[in-house]
Amino acid sequence: MLELKNLCFTVNVDGKEKNIIKNISLSVPDNKMVAVTGPNGGGKSTLAKLIAGIEHASSGKIIYNGVDITDMSITDRAKLGIGFAFQQPVKFKGITVFDLLRIASGKRISVKEACEYLSSVGLCARDYINREVNASLSGGELKRIEIATVIARGTSLSLFDEPEAGIDLWSFKNLIEVFRRMREMIKDSSIIIISHQERILSIADEIIVLKDGELDRTGTRDEILPSLIGTSSAVTDCKMGAVNGGEE
Amino acid sequence: MMQLDEIQKRLLYEVADLHAVPEGAYNIRSNSQSAGRRSTENIEIVSKTDVSGLEIHIKPGTKNESVHIPVVMTESGLKEVVYNDFYIGEDADVVIVAGCGIDNCGNQDSQHDGIHRFFVEKNARVKYVEKHYGSGDGKGKRILNPVTEVYQKENSSVTMEMVQIKGVDDTERTTKAELDKGAKLVVRERLMTHGDQRAISVYEVELNGKASSADVVSRSVARDDSYQKFDAKIIGNAECTGHTECDSIIMDNGRILAVPGLEANCIDASLVHEAAIGKIAGDQLIKLMTLGLTEAEAEEQIINGFLR
Repeated sequence: MLELKNLCFTVNVDGKEKNIIKNISLSVPDNKMVAVTGPNGGGKSTLAKLIAGIEHASSGKIIYNGVDITDMSITDRAKLGIGFAFQQPVKFKGITVFDLLRIASGKRISVKEACEYLSSVGLCARDYINREVNASLSGGELKRIEIATVIARGTSLSLFDEPEAGIDLWSFKNLIEVFRRMREMIKDSSIIIISHQERILSIADEIIVLKDGELDRTGTRDEILPSLIGTSSAVTDCKMGAVNGGEE
Repeated sequence: MMQLDEIQKRLLYEVADLHAVPEGAYNIRSNSQSAGRRSTENIEIVSKTDVSGLEIHIKPGTKNESVHIPVVMTESGLKEVVYNDFYIGEDADVVIVAGCGIDNCGNQDSQHDGIHRFFVEKNARVKYVEKHYGSGDGKGKRILNPVTEVYQKENSSVTMEMVQIKGVDDTERTTKAELDKGAKLVVRERLMTHGDQRAISVYEVELNGKASSADVVSRSVARDDSYQKFDAKIIGNAECTGHTECDSIIMDNGRILAVPGLEANCIDASLVHEAAIGKIAGDQLIKLMTLGLTEAEAEEQIINGFLR
């Protein structure tokens, strides 16, 4: 279980303090898939980075399975079982898909095991295993490989930052299936997905709405989703291009 | 074959991936003497009579054969200049593995300057691999100054892999090439310097024939207080394509100077230079740290991949 207690994150912009995350308290129970939505610039990506340790909270506490991880490094949080899929997957020179999956799994996996991770995100493994993780791969391919690295880690808390950003509609439809399967096999873990896609929100157990860095509302999917339909917080496939790729 | 000690064997493994006597033609040079040699039906290795070095004659049409000519030095204070000439016959297709390993435990500098010339006849294909490696904790420096000259006839193809990852204190590498019609040269250089090492790499490639091409790519890492200079010049004297690229990572107080040089003397010459120098990208480190690696482990993985 993840608990955020009075979490704040402030940055300094041209000498002025700007509050990105304002006093957020919430909890993410085990065995749940939680979606975080809300307007662009609302602090969603920042919240995910605070949980993963990429950014550090200005005040407040992050408690994971009873352990205070607020001041822990990215590495130590990863070792505790927190996984993070980047909104814009990182590209490398010379590091192959197999290398990345091997590092992610933390052991000497066989090519066959690596292929299974790729298959689970809908990639034909043989075509990808020896490819470099660089710009020769499409946005959709990089995104799936990014998700495969999180699956390979077998994390107990997986964060996905806008998995739909930067990919085409066809890839997106396949991605929904990947998350649907993840939800089915969630056993003893929890998933946080940042998204404004109605189709992703509709497979989440709970929805958190962030607005201007504050917790706007939170509740079960059935409680929250109807009020979001038709707003920028829950867009349908055909409007994907309009809101994709928001960096916060 | 002369008996090699453990250090010499280790050097041989580092520079030529050799655990034992190689297949095919070979000459192993150890502390300025030949420690073993074999010619084959198609590849003849003979000693030069005027200066120290070898002539390697590869018969026309020789296919899928290899030549190994590694050099190992374990005596401190040894300095040598070696001239090796390769004559590669028409239509031959061969792999040549050179390389030099120096172990210097003494206080005097050890230096090997290898001057390699390649005369590549029509339609011949050559893959040339050259690795440099240094070890030993003496105060004496390990110095390597290789000079490579390549003369390529019509439609010949040469691929060169130059690798220097560890332990060489001082290097000045000079590579010159002249290409006739349809000839193709590909160079892949991998370099890492550390401590207060210095490495200079100079290329001058002349594209003289129609449809000739050159692709010279260097990937390097400069750590600690080391210094590197990459100076690559391609001269287009005909309808040709040339590309040079220097892609470098700097760490600690490492310094790198990349000097692009393109000279087009023909309206149909098409030449491109790319150079990028910078520290390891922060998002690459963060990504690997989210996979559970420490910052130091992440750096190591990124550099290993980069220099692969």
